[in-house]
Amino acid sequence: MDGSNMDGPSTDTGWTDVCAVDDIWPNTGVCALVEGCQVAVFRLVDDGQEQLFAIDNGDPFSDANVLSRGLVGNLGERLVVASPIYKQHFDLATGECVEDPGVSLRTWRVRVADGRVLIAA
Amino acid sequence: MSDPLRIVVVGNGMVGQKLLEELAERRPSGLDITVLCEEPRPAYDRVQLSSFFSGKTAEDLSLVPPGFFERDGLVLRLNAKAVAIDRSLKQVTTSTGETLPYDKLVLATGSYPFVPPVPGRERPDCFVYRTIEDLEAMTEAGGRSKVGVVVGGGLLGLEAAKALKDMGLETHVVEFAPRLMAVQVDDGGGRVLRQKIEALGVTVHTQKNTVEIVDGEARRHAMRFADDSVLETDMIVFSAGIRPRDELARASELGVGPRGGIVIDNHCRTLDDDIYAIGECALWDGKIYGLVAPGYEMARVCAAHIAAAVPQEDADEPPQFTGADMSTKLKLMGVDVASLGDAHAATPGARVCVYTDERKQVYKKLVVSEDGKYVLGGVLIGDAEAYGTLLQMMLNRMELPPEPEFLILPSGDGAARPALGVDALPDAAQICSCNNVSKATICAAVRDGAHSIGKLKTATKAGTSCGGCVPLTTQLMKAEMKRCGLSVNNHLCEHFPYSRQELYHLIRVGRIETFDELITRHGRGRGCDICKPAAASIFASCWNEFVLKKDKAALQDSNDYFLANIQKDGTYSIVPRIAGGEITPEKLIVLGEVAKKHRLYTKITGGQRIDLFGAQVHQLPLIWKELVDAGFESGHAYGKALRTVKSCVGSTWCRYGMLDSVSMALAIENRYKGLRAPHKIKSAVSGCTRECAEAQSKDFGVIATEKGWNLYVCGNGGMKPRHAELLAGDLDDETLIRYIDRFLMFYIRTADRLQRTSVWRDNLEGGLDYLKDVVVHDKLGIGAELEAEMAQVVGSYACEWKKAIESPEVLRRFRSFVNSDAPDSNVVFVDERNQIRPATPEEKARFKGVPVIAESA
Ligand SMILES: Cc1cc2nc3c(=O)[nH]c(=O)nc-3n(C[C@H](O)[C@H](O)[C@H](O)COP(=O)(O)OP(=O)(O)OC[C@H]3O[C@@H](n4cnc5c(N)ncnc54)[C@H](O)[C@@H]3O)c2cc1C
Repeated sequence: MDGSNMDGPSTDTGWTDVCAVDDIWPNTGVCALVEGCQVAVFRLVDDGQEQLFAIDNGDPFSDANVLSRGLVGNLGERLVVASPIYKQHFDLATGECVEDPGVSLRTWRVRVADGRVLIAA
Repeated sequence: MSDPLRIVVVGNGMVGQKLLEELAERRPSGLDITVLCEEPRPAYDRVQLSSFFSGKTAEDLSLVPPGFFERDGLVLRLNAKAVAIDRSLKQVTTSTGETLPYDKLVLATGSYPFVPPVPGRERPDCFVYRTIEDLEAMTEAGGRSKVGVVVGGGLLGLEAAKALKDMGLETHVVEFAPRLMAVQVDDGGGRVLRQKIEALGVTVHTQKNTVEIVDGEARRHAMRFADDSVLETDMIVFSAGIRPRDELARASELGVGPRGGIVIDNHCRTLDDDIYAIGECALWDGKIYGLVAPGYEMARVCAAHIAAAVPQEDADEPPQFTGADMSTKLKLMGVDVASLGDAHAATPGARVCVYTDERKQVYKKLVVSEDGKYVLGGVLIGDAEAYGTLLQMMLNRMELPPEPEFLILPSGDGAARPALGVDALPDAAQICSCNNVSKATICAAVRDGAHSIGKLKTATKAGTSCGGCVPLTTQLMKAEMKRCGLSVNNHLCEHFPYSRQELYHLIRVGRIETFDELITRHGRGRGCDICKPAAASIFASCWNEFVLKKDKAALQDSNDYFLANIQKDGTYSIVPRIAGGEITPEKLIVLGEVAKKHRLYTKITGGQRIDLFGAQVHQLPLIWKELVDAGFESGHAYGKALRTVKSCVGSTWCRYGMLDSVSMALAIENRYKGLRAPHKIKSAVSGCTRECAEAQSKDFGVIATEKGWNLYVCGNGGMKPRHAELLAGDLDDETLIRYIDRFLMFYIRTADRLQRTSVWRDNLEGGLDYLKDVVVHDKLGIGAELEAEMAQVVGSYACEWKKAIESPEVLRRFRSFVNSDAPDSNVVFVDERNQIRPATPEEKARFKGVPVIAESA
């Protein structure tokens, strides 16, 4: 269920509160530090519908921590972010690189509780 | 191995060079070729000679690929003229006194301009129009002249007249015949042509026979005509036809025609089996061809015949020269002129259909066969759109529709005329006659991936000489792409079924200001990294709102998103504006101090500014604040926007400067700073024609002359260099700015996404003339509109850095982490030449755990 938006109380352990939902401007991303890892968190808004996604921030093609600064959108059915360095697209739900399916990024679980964004491995 | 075949080629003009290329292709070895070239430089494109006046250099015009003459068995002698042929000893004597033995001799000596034997024709400042040296001399004289006369109203004469006009001279054309272009055009066409040319400010005198040229009173010369009238002028260009250079052949008793020309057979052989003649010096079947395409055909035929003479060649029957079509289409002073086949309807029984519109100044004539089934010829003045169709119908003997006159009549309802179905053309149909490119070749290139007219030109050379076949080539390309199932659409991406140009129009006309509205009304899905920045750029070009406004920020490419240039390690570089490259010592010191404080790597850019590298996201606002406080602004190095306007010091300091290039560069840079466009825009201003600012390699460049500013456009350095072309000359400040306004806005309106002006220009149907029509002559009537649109952008300029640091909401985005103030530990620098540089992956592995050395407080 990675990437889907699960509203609920933050009672489980292992969740890190990273920011308020409003800290992420619609259809952009931010980078959060979670357990020492850089996680790119995206907020997608379409027709009033909100979705949050979290994948690794590191771009495997440039070895730079930049994916949270990429442009988001869709390619066909897939929701993707484009790397700002060499422009490969990564599937926000699965972490898979669209141009090179052998390359995949780790995805993180996200949820919203009381207007806060929570991330877990 | 037998001895190599010794070949001497006399003349390295267009056709002589084509012969060498053909020989090189056929027989890389086994030939020993010596080329005698009377001119000081190897072959150049004489057809494009006039573009020398619009800024093309001798190198640009060269037809010789780099390294061509460095192969074995090929020797080029520059400044070497052949003066005699000894046919019995089989040797050629040169002007330097050498004798060269030959097995085969090729004469490719071209022609010389005919100057009528008028007393006074040898006076200074009388010219002909044939070589680069001729044009250099004309340019020099033009600078000190007010009035210029061209003798001869043919094709070349009108080209020369245009050159004089462009030099700013009061221009006259003097023609002996009762009409202009008497060879190609009939009386009706000549009349319309004359009206059009006169409307451009050139005075035409027909039926004038010059009897002498003497000292003038007000001007340098006075030309006296047979009717006793007199015309005063400062310079004269003779363009009264050409004569074959057959003097060597005459002296060695090779056959020449009664009116000149070396007689050749179907293999281009003269009556001496070992001597060939090709190009404009040759006479085939009583005809001299004054065009380059038939000459090229002769070169191919001759090369094949020579190659067949080498024993080891497995001999196919060499091809023969069987005549050539003399149809031509050109744009003379912005007027379309075309002549096809039997333009004068000399064929027995030929039927003629003429259409004239005196008001629009259009003249069209169609000549068809007696049975009405085939095109025999035609004349088109003022509107030559039908040329490609008619030519192919004529050459391929395609059967005409029942009422062929529709081919030249305007359609009443404004709908387009039925174009020639390109599918109907045979594969062998020659589409580009200048470069002998067939339909089959073009289609093959399209299948190999040439999907734009620019790429197709590079791949096949079609359309690269006279450009007349570009519309037909474009049609073929589209048809072939469709046949291959390739979508011919130029849709931006899957979200918008429109080209960038169409999207621009929708946004502007529909006054659309947000991406949500745009995609709801005209697109589908959520958008992507192609359409979002494209839309953001169009919004900025049209409405010029702050690019980091909440609803715009999500559309920006990472560079625009952080108003800085992302580098390979994810850090950013910062380029403050240094307009015109002018900077005070105080500000220079500020840059040094800021760079030192934040430990930034500094480098001078090619655009006369200073780039500061190695800033992390969270440092950007701190650095900008210091820069803005010291009076700097954003340099927009991160945007598809106006970058720099480079300048030389100009007349203020330089002893050669004609005008104040620095002030002009400052004015231009400050006017267009922040202007968003389909791609980046670079500019430069040079204070004189020494061109120290390299303005001719820029998207638009300005060069000062004694008479004002010259505006050059669509140049490019970088990956694919392109010389800029002269759009307009001798402009005052105000007109210059007006033309730049129009040019830039027209580019912004019509270019594709990420298309630089150079590529845009290569793909612009109608080319430079069309661009002049739009910008200078305002043919589309949109000049005022373009200016108003530019005024709106100029009036709403604001420094983006300043806006960013003044907005707390925007500032919050400038953090490496949303939940921590730590810097990115993956950013590691090492020292090199006393500055920082990004660490390599190996160095990073070694330094792991060591704190980031470039981190500032
Ligand atoms: C301004 C202009 C515009 C034109 N526009 C067009 C056009 O639009 N379309 C078109 O089809 N054609 C056009 N032409 C004509 C075209 O340029 C010629 O058809 C073409 O150049 C002929 O090629 P050539 O090799 O036969 O002659 P050239 O190109 O003239 O070459 C002949 C060379 O031989 C050299 N030479 C002569 N005698 C000797 C000797 N004894 N020893 C050594 N070298 C010698 C000459 O110096 C010259 O360099 C134009 C010509 C001009 C001048």
